[in-house]
Amino acid sequence: MNIKTRIAKDRIQLWTVCFFAALTAVPLLAIIGEVVIKGFGQISWSFLTEPTPTAYKAMKAVQAGEPIPGGIANGIVGTLIMVGMAAIVAIPVGILCGAFLAENSKKRSAVIISFLTDLLQGTPSIIIGIITYIWVVVPMKGYSAIAGSGALFIMMLPLIIRSTEETLKILPTSLQEAGLALGANRASVMLRIQLPAAFGGIFKGVLLSISRVTGETAPLLFTALGCSFIRWSINKPISAVPLLIWEFFNDPHLQDLIWGASFFLLLFVLTLNLTAKYIAKKWNQ
Amino acid sequence: MKEKVYNILLYVTAAVIPILCGGIFYALCTDAYGAFQHFGFFQFITSTDWNSTPGHEQYGALPFITGTLMTTILALIFCIPFSLPVAMFVGEYFKGTVVASILSTITDLLAGIPSVIYGLWGFFTLRPLLMAMNISPQGSGVLTASLVLAIMIVPYAASLSAEFIKMVPDDLKEGAYSLGATRAEVIRRIIFPVAGSGIFSSYILALGRAVCETMTVTMLIGNTNNIPTSVTATGNSMASIIANQFGEADGLKLSSLIAIGLILFLITAVINVIGKIMIKKARIS
Repeated sequence: MNIKTRIAKDRIQLWTVCFFAALTAVPLLAIIGEVVIKGFGQISWSFLTEPTPTAYKAMKAVQAGEPIPGGIANGIVGTLIMVGMAAIVAIPVGILCGAFLAENSKKRSAVIISFLTDLLQGTPSIIIGIITYIWVVVPMKGYSAIAGSGALFIMMLPLIIRSTEETLKILPTSLQEAGLALGANRASVMLRIQLPAAFGGIFKGVLLSISRVTGETAPLLFTALGCSFIRWSINKPISAVPLLIWEFFNDPHLQDLIWGASFFLLLFVLTLNLTAKYIAKKWNQ
Repeated sequence: MKEKVYNILLYVTAAVIPILCGGIFYALCTDAYGAFQHFGFFQFITSTDWNSTPGHEQYGALPFITGTLMTTILALIFCIPFSLPVAMFVGEYFKGTVVASILSTITDLLAGIPSVIYGLWGFFTLRPLLMAMNISPQGSGVLTASLVLAIMIVPYAASLSAEFIKMVPDDLKEGAYSLGATRAEVIRRIIFPVAGSGIFSSYILALGRAVCETMTVTMLIGNTNNIPTSVTATGNSMASIIANQFGEADGLKLSSLIAIGLILFLITAVINVIGKIMIKKARIS
C-alpha cells in the first residue's frame, strides 16, 4: 500500500476516534443542562422544607395559574433516614468483609466469598427490592423505612467490600510485615496500620456507594413505598427523593415538580461523586 | 485472645455474603415455585399470554424475555461506536494526558447519574426527538429504551476496555513502529489482537448492567405485554414488568412475577460469571 494512503488512513482514524469520544460528552451535557435549566428555578426554601402536595391541591393551583405549592421535604427526610441507616450497618460490615478478603486472599473460602460478592454486585436492583419485600415487608405486614434501608444495605455492601479489599491489597506488604515484626498481632496491625493507611481509598468507596444508592428507585418501590408527609418513624411507609421523581412522573398533576426534584438529586449525587474522586486524589499524593 | 476475637469477627462478617446470596436464591425459588408448579417451567417461559382476569389467569414470560433480549442487545450495538473510541482515546491516543482524564471524568459522571433521571431525559427529550424525526410513531418503545440504555453502559464498557488497551506491552507496539507501521495499523494489528479478549469481556459485563436496568426501561419501553414486533414497537422487559405490576400483585400473579425475577437473577448471574472468568483469563495472559 502507498505510504500516503496509509498516513491518510491513520489521520482519519485519529479524527474519527476523537470525534466519537467527544460525542459521548453530549448526553452528559444535555442531561445536566436540561435538569439545571428546568429545575434550578423551582428550587426555593419552601421547595426544600415543605412536603409534597396532594394531587388535588396541585390541580387547583395549576388551574388558578399559580405555581404548585409544597416541595420534596418528605423525600429528603426519607432518603436521609434510609441511606443513613443502611450506611451505618453497611460500612463496618463491608470494611470487615473487605479486610477478610484481603487477609485470606489465597484461601478457598475467600475465593468463594469474593466470587459471591461479584454476584451480589451484579444482582439487578429490582430483585433486591423483591427479596426485601419477601424478607422484611411480608413478616412486618407493611412497607417501612426499615425495609427500604435493608434493600439499600444489600446494594451498598458489595461496593464497600470491593473498594476496601482493593485498597488493602495495593498497600505494600512491608507495611504489614513491619507491624508484625514489632510483635503486634494481626488485629492491631489491621486496625492501627493497614486500615488507616487505606483510609483514602475506603472513604472514596463509601462515598461512591452512598451516591450510588441515593439515586436508586427500583429497590424502594415495594419496600419503602412512599408517603406524602414528613415522617420520622422507621416502621411506616416513607418517601425518598428518587421515589418522588417516579411519583411525579406518573401523576400528571404533579409533573411540574419533577425537574426541581431531579435537580436536587442530581446535584447531590454528582457532588458526592466528584468529592469522592477529589479526596482519593488528595489522599494518594 | 484479641487475635482470636478478631478472627472470629472477620469470619462472622464474611459469612454475611454467602448467607445473602444463598438466601436470595432460596427465597426466589420457594416463592416462584407456585408459578412453575401451576404452569410448568417450559410452559411458563414459552407462553406469551399475560392475563390477570380472575378465573382465567394465565401467565407466561416469553414477551418479557424477548423484550429484555432485544433492548439489551440493541443497547450493546449502539454503545460500541462510542465506548470503543473512548477506550482508544483514554487508553492509547491520549494515554495519561489531561484530556484523557477529563474524558474519563465525563464518563464516570455519566455512570453516576441516577437511572430515573436517564428515564426522564429519554422521555422528555429523546422521545419527542424520535417522534419528530419520524423514526418511531408513538415515541416510547424498544428503540428509545435501548438508545438510553446504550448511553448508560458506555462508561462501564469504556473504562474496562481502556484498562486492557493500556496493558498492551510497549515493546510489542515499539516493535511494530520500528517496522514502519502507522498508529492505525498498530491499533488494528497489535492492540486489538492482544487486548481483544479483555475488550470483549468488558462488553459482556456491560451487557450484564444493561439487563439489570429497571427504571429507565420501565419509563421508556411503553409497557405493553406483548412480544415487540419491530425495534420501534412497544413491549416490556423482565425488570419493567416487575416494577409495574409487583405492587398490586398477589397469589399466582405474585408468584409468576417472582418467577420472572428468578429467571432474571439467573441470566445476570450467568452473564456476570462468564464476564468475570473471561476478565481473569485476559488479565493473566
